[in-house]
Amino acid sequence: MTKAQQGKVPALRLEGITKEFVGKVKANDNINLSVDHGQILSVLGENGSGKTTLMNIIAGIYFPDHGHIYIDGEEVVMRSPKDALRHNIGMIHQHFKLIDIFSATENIVLGLDEKGRLDMKQCVNRVKEIATQYGFEIDPEKKIYEMSVSEKQTVEIIKVLYRGADILILDEPTAVLTPQETEKLFNILRKMRDDGKAIIIITHKLHEVLSLSDRVTVLCKGRNVGTVTTAETNETELTEFMVGKKVMLNINRTMPRDPKPRLLVKNLSCKDVEGLEVLKDISFTVNSGEIFGIAGVAGSGQRELLEGIAGLQKCEGEVVYLDPKTGEAKDLQKKTPLQIQELGVRLSFVPEDRLGMGLVGNMSIVDNVMLRSYNKGKGIFLHRSAPTELADKIIKELEVVTPGKSTPVRRLSGGNVQKVLVGREIAASPTVLMTAYPVRGLDINASYTIYNLLNKQKEGGTAVVFVGEDLDVLLELCDRILVLCSGKVTGIVDARTTTKAELGRLMTQNTNDKDGASDGQG
Amino acid sequence: MAKVEHKVKEPLIHIVKRSRITIWKAWLIRIAAVALALVVSGIVAYLVTSENPLRIYAVIIDGTFGTSRRFWGMLQNLAMLLCVSLGVTPAFRMRFWNIGAEGQVLIGGLACAACMILFGDKLPNAVLILVMIIASLAAGAIWAFIPAFFRANWNTNETLFTLMMNYIAIQLVSFFTYKWSVPKGSGQIGVINRTTHAGWLPVIAGKNHLLNIIIVLVLTLVLYVYLWYSRQGYEIAVVGESENTARYIGLSVKKVILRTMLISGAVCGLTGLLLVAGTDHTISRETAAGRGFTAIMVAWLAKFNPLVMLLTSFLIAFLEKGSTEISTTFGLNESFSDIITGIIIFFIIGSEFFIQYQLKFREKEEK
Repeated sequence: MTKAQQGKVPALRLEGITKEFVGKVKANDNINLSVDHGQILSVLGENGSGKTTLMNIIAGIYFPDHGHIYIDGEEVVMRSPKDALRHNIGMIHQHFKLIDIFSATENIVLGLDEKGRLDMKQCVNRVKEIATQYGFEIDPEKKIYEMSVSEKQTVEIIKVLYRGADILILDEPTAVLTPQETEKLFNILRKMRDDGKAIIIITHKLHEVLSLSDRVTVLCKGRNVGTVTTAETNETELTEFMVGKKVMLNINRTMPRDPKPRLLVKNLSCKDVEGLEVLKDISFTVNSGEIFGIAGVAGSGQRELLEGIAGLQKCEGEVVYLDPKTGEAKDLQKKTPLQIQELGVRLSFVPEDRLGMGLVGNMSIVDNVMLRSYNKGKGIFLHRSAPTELADKIIKELEVVTPGKSTPVRRLSGGNVQKVLVGREIAASPTVLMTAYPVRGLDINASYTIYNLLNKQKEGGTAVVFVGEDLDVLLELCDRILVLCSGKVTGIVDARTTTKAELGRLMTQNTNDKDGASDGQG
Repeated sequence: MAKVEHKVKEPLIHIVKRSRITIWKAWLIRIAAVALALVVSGIVAYLVTSENPLRIYAVIIDGTFGTSRRFWGMLQNLAMLLCVSLGVTPAFRMRFWNIGAEGQVLIGGLACAACMILFGDKLPNAVLILVMIIASLAAGAIWAFIPAFFRANWNTNETLFTLMMNYIAIQLVSFFTYKWSVPKGSGQIGVINRTTHAGWLPVIAGKNHLLNIIIVLVLTLVLYVYLWYSRQGYEIAVVGESENTARYIGLSVKKVILRTMLISGAVCGLTGLLLVAGTDHTISRETAAGRGFTAIMVAWLAKFNPLVMLLTSFLIAFLEKGSTEISTTFGLNESFSDIITGIIIFFIIGSEFFIQYQLKFREKEEK
């Protein structure tokens, strides 16, 4: 069918789109992309490859630094989502923007500035019309708070169709859906395509790309690394495109000295608030003196796994800590962080959400350094002298750039915030150190500072868990890497012998795909 | 590659969050706001009264500093307002929006009045006062504990809950003022233990309200130390800033909420005691006189710092006295004093915006 479209003007064409955020690398670097009417284009890429930024530019949320946007061959300037809507572009965000106590129809017509009285009955009919046209299942009068996730998504899609959208952008629409719901959604999208709509879908699930889209554009580190016709490609080629070429980082790595099991996780499972299983039957062992990497696309269960071990998330299964001195096995499951501490387990945790969980943004460096230890010692008063010394030490040794130790941490830059957090967690001389995305948003120098700190901990015999997103870093820093995909372990590999492509394959492996799964274990 | 033409001009004024501001600059903005407020209220007063604005300012100052009696009256008002503000502060630092101080004060006062009426002639005075103190603190604490308990366990909305507890307290006071009214059926309690003075807080150094003022001053210091230098105060701040962080360090959010609200309520209950046993020697629905709500403003303006609250409660107490004085001097009704107070507070609160944000004007386009 793409043949039939040839010679026509693309519905949407981007030319040389570049967007740079202050103090960061280019999120989008000279990106070209186009999609025709009656076509589904997949945009594929790892986390931080610039997919969402690009989509936000198309939807008028961001303004590009350079580049041109053409709709039906005409150049347009989009300053706001309203402009995008005027050009019939509709975006369905990953996180729904709906009002809970309103009905589906009320949400759909909200914000439309039509003159005259609002005729709800007519609106409801129009919604029903759209639903039958494409095969949506929706009750227009149902309130949002009574809806399931997939119903809410339906409302979001109808919302943009109601506004006459011709070009639809869906940001990871299947992340929240069950396989059955996904299949339903795909059928609807196919119907829309046949109706002449141009559809862009962002995803990192390869099998979905292959089953749904007509063309695939792959982004890597903000650049467009290739656009291929789906029929002419396969999973292997796409994976190679996605992970890119191996980059040498020259991170120091020593062989683990005298590794002994330190942390055992057996059959750990966990459900989120919606009742979806986010962790399924996870088992692994972390040894002392090694850096144990965890890879996976975002939201594969990394956060739940670490929080489950740290006692912040209710899980089913076993978490056992083996004391390095006595060899005694201590059960950490169903314990609060405080109880774990009282057991004499020195478990440090650098969470992903630095200012929302690991630190208190409005408090000074000293008060933040004190967070873990304020309750030690006697009396009802705080003892700020030891934390003050520690704060001085962290600032000096990790070269934290700050006006002073009484500066609130939210005023520090990302790298310095992270140094304070990691410095505090390491100061507790942990036997297990868990870190989630510890170098996210950090510049090269700060990143290497963190790598060195982790390596020092490893050499001191600590069991280090490193959740990362950059495969190059994982491959060079870690000793072993566990790969998560949709809450399941798809493999535990030796970081010294595995390849980037292998990791990429494990990360995007469809868990329903039996062949792939047995392949991965082989 | 050609640059995209920005066909649309950027807005004339940008509102930008300030990353930091020096203390003196912040105070300069505040002082400027007060000055501006005085000018505006002077203009309004002039339009209404046709009096010389300077004379109006003089009357405001005279309202507080004119006579020693007025000055002590202002101090007493200040102390009571400050005491309630201290009460709401621990809760607010925890981001627990306790707007039930009014009810907590009333119920504390009611407990105190009940002890005075029921045990006035049965207990020795020292024992009676001890019983009153315990009863008032406990009553206030319980009144605050109930919404805290529901919030901690079922995440109910504490704002609505504490607000509704106010109405219950007011109705309870109505009921008991009728039940204990003197003479029977008048609906007023009148001065309790008029002849025996049983349960009245002692007068020291011949000054009627000096004891109240001293108690509140001491309490201010105690609360400051508690919030800034104790472990529990630190826990309150952590829970207030981020419950996730509190969970992360293994702190029981529930425990902190309950404990803090007990303290918050007890301080409000104490205010009830000071009002009933130390000031009015009676109780009515108007005993709290809206202080539970004004206190929120006092606490907020001071950014929940008890020492700064000395200043903000002075400001409010001073303005109230001053604007009442304007109304009487120029024969205006009381609403006028509210207008003046409103203008001044509007400017003070508005100044916080300019401390947090700055306005940036569009720079001239480069050619």
